[in-house]
Amino acid sequence: MAWAPFLVIALAAVASAVGVVLRRNPLHAALYLVTNLFCVAVLYLLQRAEFLALAQVIVYAGAIMVLFLFAIMLLIPGRTETGPDPLRAARRLAVPVAGAFGLALVLVAARTGGSGAAPGPVGVAALGRLLFTDYLFPFEVTSVLLLAALVGALVLAKRTPS
Amino acid sequence: MVAPVWYVGLSAVLFTIGVVGVLVRRNPLVIFMSIELMLNAANLAFVAFGRIHGSAAGQVIVFFVMTVAAAEVAVGLAIIVAIFRARQRINVDDLSLMRW
Repeated sequence: MAWAPFLVIALAAVASAVGVVLRRNPLHAALYLVTNLFCVAVLYLLQRAEFLALAQVIVYAGAIMVLFLFAIMLLIPGRTETGPDPLRAARRLAVPVAGAFGLALVLVAARTGGSGAAPGPVGVAALGRLLFTDYLFPFEVTSVLLLAALVGALVLAKRTPS
Repeated sequence: MVAPVWYVGLSAVLFTIGVVGVLVRRNPLVIFMSIELMLNAANLAFVAFGRIHGSAAGQVIVFFVMTVAAAEVAVGLAIIVAIFRARQRINVDDLSLMRW
């Protein structure tokens, strides 16, 4: 009974991830990525991580995807990835190499031994308590990081007067 | 609930798809999206590991990863836009100026 939602969402997540990689138009890839992010949000919900599911939708599917679409619109899609590819042989080789890597990863994942979940604190209250006690310093450093990224993006995107 | 090990396996599959995207695609925007795929796969694994150990610490780490991803996307897209302004093209294979 508990398997049905997981299987459906997992299949949708894998399919949309494949769509991100295969679609030529970056706009289509971005829409597939939104689908994938929503699927991962539902997977968080299925694992009782409600706060993360909401943050995923707001931060990733909201803010980050708007940034991506804005950049795609700014850079005019359709002219990229056309013409002959000088590295075609290397790219062909990349797929089996990545396949072997993925196989190794799945084998390691199968050995993690997480057949059952340990009982413990779950929910937003436990997360908030941990965030503001044990992880308070990294949490504060995060704000400095965001400020640095904000200033850095502004400096990079500013037109230099010539 | 489904056992955490299945979530870890799913995250391994998603991560591999992201790796293929980074290796195969030529458009830096799509490469960026593939990196986001990999970050999401790692987040999913973190939540599953937190469940295995019965701790909310895994979710705290995911929160930090999301913050770093937001910062990374802001700076990375600014770099791509700046390169496009300077070169008028965005093919990663053309940008070999700093390659050894």
